[in-house]
Amino acid sequence: MKIKPRTFSDYATIGFPAGMLMVFFVIPFGIMIAVSFFQRVQGAFYEPAFVFDNYARFLTSFFGGILGFSIGLAALVAVVSVLLAFPFTYILTRMTRRTQVVWLVFLLSVLSLSEVLIGFGWSTLLSRTAGISNLLVALGVLDKPMSLSPSFGAVMTGMVYQTFPYTVLVLFPALSRLDPSLVEVARTLGSGPVRSFLNVVVPALRNSIVSTLIMVFVFALGCYLLPQLLGKPSHWTLSVLITDQAIYQSNMPFAAAMAVFLVLVSLSLVAISLLYGKKENAA
Amino acid sequence: MINTFILRLFLGAIALFMAAPLAVVAGVSFNERKSLSFPPEGFSLDWYAQIFTEDSWRSALFNSVGVAVGASSLAVVVAFPLAWFLWRFHAPWARIVQVLGLAPFILPPVITALGFLSFWTTAGSYGQAWTVVISHGIFFVTLPLVTLTLGFEAVDDSLVEAAATMGADDRTILRTIILPLILPYIISGMAFAFVLSLNEYIVAYMAVGFTVETLPIKIFNSLRYGYTPTMASVTVLFVAIAVVVFGLIARFGDLPRLLGAWRHDDDS
Repeated sequence: MKIKPRTFSDYATIGFPAGMLMVFFVIPFGIMIAVSFFQRVQGAFYEPAFVFDNYARFLTSFFGGILGFSIGLAALVAVVSVLLAFPFTYILTRMTRRTQVVWLVFLLSVLSLSEVLIGFGWSTLLSRTAGISNLLVALGVLDKPMSLSPSFGAVMTGMVYQTFPYTVLVLFPALSRLDPSLVEVARTLGSGPVRSFLNVVVPALRNSIVSTLIMVFVFALGCYLLPQLLGKPSHWTLSVLITDQAIYQSNMPFAAAMAVFLVLVSLSLVAISLLYGKKENAA
Repeated sequence: MINTFILRLFLGAIALFMAAPLAVVAGVSFNERKSLSFPPEGFSLDWYAQIFTEDSWRSALFNSVGVAVGASSLAVVVAFPLAWFLWRFHAPWARIVQVLGLAPFILPPVITALGFLSFWTTAGSYGQAWTVVISHGIFFVTLPLVTLTLGFEAVDDSLVEAAATMGADDRTILRTIILPLILPYIISGMAFAFVLSLNEYIVAYMAVGFTVETLPIKIFNSLRYGYTPTMASVTVLFVAIAVVVFGLIARFGDLPRLLGAWRHDDDS
């Protein structure tokens, strides 16, 4: 049974984790917000100030273009991933435990793979000398092998590859907890497996689908290397731009301002998705 | 039946999509010459040997493993008392600390990375090797926090009550009952953090990118100068490590439950 903490030693246990998270997560965050108001110094790093210049740059068409592209790309990736992952996860949760475990180990391994390695893998698969175009030549579809990256299609493919296992794992709890009798009833009443999936499973998990879409959207928004490795500069996203400004252009204040913006967008979306998820759990 | 056929086709297509880049990378890693070609020409394991024999790759490997060991241990050390406190005590405000522990994983990684970059530059420790251990330890604290929370939930209350009735204090209960019961969750949380730290790029790059080269950083840097087959062999090595680690967790633990499934026999 849970009790209220009373003595000093009761509180001491949470003191260490709370302190660590405070010093190494909250304070860095605070510094980042402060830096977003600082002034950039040419040739040096930055100096303390309180200016809104870095935020004012959001109003330029350059930034607007990148923001629009990032949001569109992340949304498209999220929709494709959920469309693929929802039926997949449903089938997965109906398989034997053994098969489920094999798939989960495989998906976790892909999910944990560095974006660097995913980008390298796909650029190899889409390359002229080692890629699938050679297979298409062998099949007689193409005349000679060609490179398929960098391109928008390559960025999309790479990002769906990265988000797919994540989407499956986000959907997995809800789908594996779905009462099997729901589907059984539909089947007994005479609807086919596809119809009962579309008319019973999908509506029953409507909220989970919406919250998963949002979670995957945020995840895709965080993708920082694939647009760089598989796309052209016109395919860069906000995350890539933040890295570029911070590291290569040494413009920390602008990078920080964009990061603060990205936090606000992500946090509000995550909050919405949690609300959606709650509703369903309560029901 | 037609439906089973479509089902198999769909699963097969997904499996092919997930495996294709890894298969091609595995293929090119066996090339005899230093060229990017598939199917591989000749067969050689030289590029695997090179990870261990060439100084720059070996030191990157050691850096990565060192960081991952340190960071996953730190993550557990931070997550354990937090998960224990949340399980033992009724204190709504402690939820805030829990949310802080979950946040690094939900936010886009670039943000956490930039936070650490500003923090370490301000603190004057930018580029020191140990900073990346702390950064990763905090960044991945979510994983042991989640597995440990599940572990504590699974502890049978009657065991704890029985021990308390017999006069055991918190410390004794923790050592003799709780620890043995949640050890699998400690190990799996640590293993998750270890594998992810090994693969992590952006936080490591922003914290120590110019002074310490981990394997993902080294591969990214090398990619700019073109292709070397060692990149492919390292990728295969990393996939193999992940499969072995997650396979072991699945073998000795309950992977579906760790990932949020309920066993139907638990429901009653």
